[in-house]
Amino acid sequence: MVDAVQFAFMQNALAAGLLAAVACGIVGTLVVVNRLSFIAGGVAHAAYGGLGVAVFFGLPPAAGTLPFSIASSLVMGYAAGRNRERSDAVVGAMWAAGMAIGIILIELTPGYQADLMSYLFGSIMAVSGTDLLLMALLDAVIAGAVFLFYKEILAVSYDEEFAAISGVPVAAIRYLLLAMIACTVVMLIQAVGLILVIALFTIPASIAELLSKNLRSMMVIAIGAGAGSTVCGLFVSYFLNLTAGATIIMVACVAYGMVYIATRSGMKVGKRKGG
Amino acid sequence: MKSNTAIVVDDLTFSYGSRVAIDHAAFSIERGDFLGIIGPNGGGKTTLLRLMLGLLRPDGGSITLLGAPPMKTRGSVGYIPQETNLNTSFPVTVRDVVLMGLTGRRGIGRNFSPADTTRAAIMMERLGLTPVGNRPIAQLSGGQRQKVLLGRAMVADPEMLFLDEPTASIDTSGEDEIYDHLRLLNKTGVTVVLVTHNIGVLSRYVKSVACINRQLYFHPDGRLDQATINKTFGCPVDIIAHGVPHRVFHDHTGEGDDG
Repeated sequence: MVDAVQFAFMQNALAAGLLAAVACGIVGTLVVVNRLSFIAGGVAHAAYGGLGVAVFFGLPPAAGTLPFSIASSLVMGYAAGRNRERSDAVVGAMWAAGMAIGIILIELTPGYQADLMSYLFGSIMAVSGTDLLLMALLDAVIAGAVFLFYKEILAVSYDEEFAAISGVPVAAIRYLLLAMIACTVVMLIQAVGLILVIALFTIPASIAELLSKNLRSMMVIAIGAGAGSTVCGLFVSYFLNLTAGATIIMVACVAYGMVYIATRSGMKVGKRKGG
Repeated sequence: MKSNTAIVVDDLTFSYGSRVAIDHAAFSIERGDFLGIIGPNGGGKTTLLRLMLGLLRPDGGSITLLGAPPMKTRGSVGYIPQETNLNTSFPVTVRDVVLMGLTGRRGIGRNFSPADTTRAAIMMERLGLTPVGNRPIAQLSGGQRQKVLLGRAMVADPEMLFLDEPTASIDTSGEDEIYDHLRLLNKTGVTVVLVTHNIGVLSRYVKSVACINRQLYFHPDGRLDQATINKTFGCPVDIIAHGVPHRVFHDHTGEGDDG
């Protein structure tokens, strides 16, 4: 254990996992309570198209993923605002199109040996110091935005119509949520990969949803659950020599299953504590 | 000039695509009225409510609330949505939901003040919610949750209150309690607009009635006759009059969606 921590790459991976857990715990909570998992998945996959563009033109990855994920999140948010039922199809199409653009452009890039897996499951063991700094910055911005607009975000998440009638700028708050999703996806896609971003959005927040009585505590518990899963997952993957991202996801899923069963059986015996 | 009129609906038309939901509706009510809106499922009740709240824009005609378009009167209007549209397991406490009613007037990016918290506490006390103030809404009964929504709608002291099937998912005693609160509010001068399936409610609480099935029939004195009921519902619905001409019952319950 001590040996593992002494490797620089392991230290960076641990730091990346913890920083990712913070952003994903906060944004993931909002994704889960607003039922935005599908849109978040769509944004993450559309970002993959941006990655293809960046690789093809020899640009840094964020130069492609940032415009792609921001633009796709705005289009999906607009579609959802206009017609919630039909927006599903728009999200699904952009999801697939993003993936397709990414794959084709990477294939067309001369001399580039595409490593699809590394973008799907990330390369958390190869995170650089600059990446860590950017992730810390992202965490600060997201935490700051949620702190500042907490009461508006809560009102819009719980009941959009009431929020609109009581004078909250609902559309602006919705786009703020989407922008936070898009930025988190962009920052984390390289470090932890496409699949892990979606997993860290949804699984820790779902664990937290079972255990919390308000949005604030749900965010804190989600950060804890995400951090615990990444740390455990990293050590398991190190000792069993497994892909880090996939192992983290499995650890988180097992934890979710255990908490789900525990809260279910606990409810039958007596009332949950709190209240 | 501050008029005494609460709502003026004039030649109002609204369609979802090619389906006409509201066809040239017109009526007006005074401040302090208690309006019941009834009609069959898909007849346009909820659509009319949403138009009056400014959540939908009319295709034709106009709506005036307290002398201004709905978008301009938002601070003076309270609203209780159909509970089926809300996530009842949302992680939020009773106190936070009641406080939510003050979100808009507090100003964006600012936290609730101690005065806001006090207001919410007074409202919870009035509705008997103080003992459950720190509980998440998921642990409440349907009747309690409805009172929480009433508290949220009333905490900002609105001049008008709009309700969409407020008792669709609660038992009879909880229902009576909600309506008694509404009657009390109405007595203090709050104009109440209530969409309901429950014609029985009309007889006891409302002052005026609008029947809507695309077309709107307005009864300022709250009395309904069999001909109007037949016209709006498109089929005969029993009216059982026990000496009271407008005491009306029917056996539709609050299931289903309402365009």
